[in-house]
Amino acid sequence: MKGQAAIVGVGELKPVRRTGGVTTLELIARVAREAALDAGLEPSGIDGLLVGPQVGLTPQHVPATVAEYLGLKPTMANVVDLGGASGAGMVWRAAAAIDAGMCDAVLCVLANHRDDAAPRSPNRNPIREFDVPFGASGANVSYALLMQAHMAAYGCKAEDYARIAAAARANAQRNPDAIFYGKPSSVEDVLASPMVAEPLHLLEIVMPVAGGEAVIVASAARARRSPRPPVHLLGAGEKVTHRAVSQASSLTSGPLKPAMARAFGQAGLGARDVDLLSLYDCYTIMVATTLEDAGLCPPGGFGAFVRDNGLGFDGTAPLNTHGGQLGFGQPDLAGGMTHVVEAVRQLRGEAHGRQVRNARTALVTGNGATMGEATALVLGAAA
Amino acid sequence: MTDALAGLEVPGPTVTPLTEPFWAEAGAGGLSIQRCGSCGRAVFYPRAICPHCWGDALRWEAASGQGRLKSFSTVRKPGHPGWLPAAPYTVGLVELAEGPVMLSLILPGPRPVRVGDALVLAPTDIGGRVLPVFRLDATA
Repeated sequence: MKGQAAIVGVGELKPVRRTGGVTTLELIARVAREAALDAGLEPSGIDGLLVGPQVGLTPQHVPATVAEYLGLKPTMANVVDLGGASGAGMVWRAAAAIDAGMCDAVLCVLANHRDDAAPRSPNRNPIREFDVPFGASGANVSYALLMQAHMAAYGCKAEDYARIAAAARANAQRNPDAIFYGKPSSVEDVLASPMVAEPLHLLEIVMPVAGGEAVIVASAARARRSPRPPVHLLGAGEKVTHRAVSQASSLTSGPLKPAMARAFGQAGLGARDVDLLSLYDCYTIMVATTLEDAGLCPPGGFGAFVRDNGLGFDGTAPLNTHGGQLGFGQPDLAGGMTHVVEAVRQLRGEAHGRQVRNARTALVTGNGATMGEATALVLGAAA
Repeated sequence: MTDALAGLEVPGPTVTPLTEPFWAEAGAGGLSIQRCGSCGRAVFYPRAICPHCWGDALRWEAASGQGRLKSFSTVRKPGHPGWLPAAPYTVGLVELAEGPVMLSLILPGPRPVRVGDALVLAPTDIGGRVLPVFRLDATA
């Protein structure tokens, strides 16, 4: 990332379990407004738009649908469809579009409503044809298969993975918006929670919630006029390898490894140099593999890393200080963007009650599908 | 277990003209995979071109039915409600002797399975369709 684009605004909705008839478009509008207010931008100043692959049940013409609802007339609009990596994927795409001269300030927005009866997916794809008929529906089984393979390869213990969930819950106690605020869980609680798909316990799995997240990425010129300290994109990396877990070339290392290497290479930093780890955590195994793929510990060595480091805001390796998705809740695709928004708060010095001291740089990761879609960002505080 | 599986009301495969030979062979108790006429590598799931070299001369062949368990999970809370009567049941990633990996059901055996176990094809009626599932290979 050679350009000077920066994140100048963020918005976040407090997650809820049910939205009672509120539509996704309404939530997109509310969180977009919050991000624009934060950035000190009038709607007319927003000329780029990146959205997720559908709003509610509408799978097509999504950018136009959102632009129309918001009254925007962007000169660059697109869908980013990378599952949990979509949020991070939007940030570098926005910066690239600005560098290409297509626009000046890009709204990146993801939100989801949530009602009682979620319709079953109408998907017709290889997973539906070749996995579902054998009893493997949904992400839980895929990540259980990744975790079992990781345990078998390295002999890691159930407590090691559970410690990641307990740390996320502990961090959520510093975030009043987190769905598990006021509800800490110990390692013992995690291990005592029901087994969903062995070896995955219930509390090692994110809770689905409704919510919304937005960031505004702007040119260097606009960032200089921003009321808040801009947060710079120092490096980015991405890799997409597969959709179905059966097609993964490795079960114990993922595409985040090369994505993070590229991001760090662009930033001229190493994983040990960053002050905050904002790592995608749909399941405990995802954090374990990411710590190892980042080179923060050897393959199979994440257990010692999480035992030997404090993962809180005041610890030696602050990790997901907002509680992560394991503690905050997972508002569908917006869940991945929580890791961007929290990094921005920390790098601005605005993470009230959980501020990492002198936070200058952060690693943000996004992950989608079955550890097959990966985006990594290195973000830096204003000089 | 196998009677219970036959009685399940669960989604079957969404067969397409290209994949029909795979499911026809599965229904007959076999396992068909593709092999690329250009690079010689085996391919699963069935595709229009070889994902290794993009050759388009893929031909069907009978797989040996031998495999190795790369990973597995015993599912206690199924993602699809139709599978509830069968829970807990085990699914696994089976590395076929020919090379590709497929996800399949692993039938209960004389002992719990472990990563690395040798498996063998054990065609089984699931919800009224014979599917290519696997069990521990007692001869291995």
